[in-house]
Amino acid sequence: MSSALLPKPQMRRLLARRMKFHLFGAFFVSVGCAALYKFGVAEPRKRAYAEFYKNYDPMKDFEVMRAAGVFESAQPK
Amino acid sequence: MLLDSFHLGLVLNGMLASRAFSLIGKRAISTSICMRGHGQAGVVKAEDFSLPAYADRRDVPLPEVAFVRDLSAQQKALKEKEKASWTALSVDEKVELYRIKFNESYAEMNRGSNEWKTVLGGVLFFLGVTGLFLVWQKKYMYGPIPHTFSDEWLAMQTKRMLDMRINPVEGISSQWDFEKNEWKK
Repeated sequence: MSSALLPKPQMRRLLARRMKFHLFGAFFVSVGCAALYKFGVAEPRKRAYAEFYKNYDPMKDFEVMRAAGVFESAQPK
Repeated sequence: MLLDSFHLGLVLNGMLASRAFSLIGKRAISTSICMRGHGQAGVVKAEDFSLPAYADRRDVPLPEVAFVRDLSAQQKALKEKEKASWTALSVDEKVELYRIKFNESYAEMNRGSNEWKTVLGGVLFFLGVTGLFLVWQKKYMYGPIPHTFSDEWLAMQTKRMLDMRINPVEGISSQWDFEKNEWKK
C-alpha cells in the first residue's frame, strides 16, 4: 500500500451534475433526431410530391394505363 | 410470556388461522409449547442463514455485520488498540482494521472482467451453428419454392406494376424512365 494520498474525489452535487448532463443530452438528442427526420425525410418527401403533381395530367396517365391493358372496365382502344 | 409468544404466532399466521386455533385447543397448544420450552435449552439456536449477513453491494455501503466474524487473537488485540487514540495506529493496522470490517473495497467490487468476450463468443458461435442448421434445412428439408419466384414471372410482375404506375411519387414507378423504357440512372 503506497503512502501517497489519492486526490479527494467529488463528494457533493453528484446527482445535480448527472442531471445537468442528461438534461442537456436528452434535449439535444431529441431535437437532433427531430431535425434529422425533418430535413432527411419529411422535406424531400414534400418536394417529391410537389414535383410529381406540378405537371401531372391524370387523363393522359389514364390513357397510357388503358393502352397497357391493366384495367378491367376500360379496354384498350 | 408463553401467551405472548403464542399471540405473536397467531398474528404471524394470520387472522383466519388464529380463529381456528382458538376454537380447537388454546390450552392444549400452550401446554405443548411449555413442554418443549423447558425440555431443551430454552431457546432455539439461531441458524447461520437467519442472522444478518455480510454482502459487498454498491448500494449498501455499510453492511449490517463486519466481514470477519471470528477474530484471531492478533485481530482481537488490534480491536482493543482501536479503542484508544487512532493516531497511534500505523497505516498497516488501519488497513487490517478495514479488512476485518469489509471484504472488498469499492474499487475491487466494481472491477471489470473479461466475461463479455466469453458471452459474445458464445452468442456468435451458436448463431453460426444455427446458420449451418438453416443451410442443411434448405438443402435437405424444404421443397421447391413457388413458380412465381422465377425470373420470367418476376419480369412479368414488374412490368405489370410499372404499367399500373405503382408508387409513382417515391417508389418503383419513379425509378423507371417511361420514355426510354429503362431504369433511371
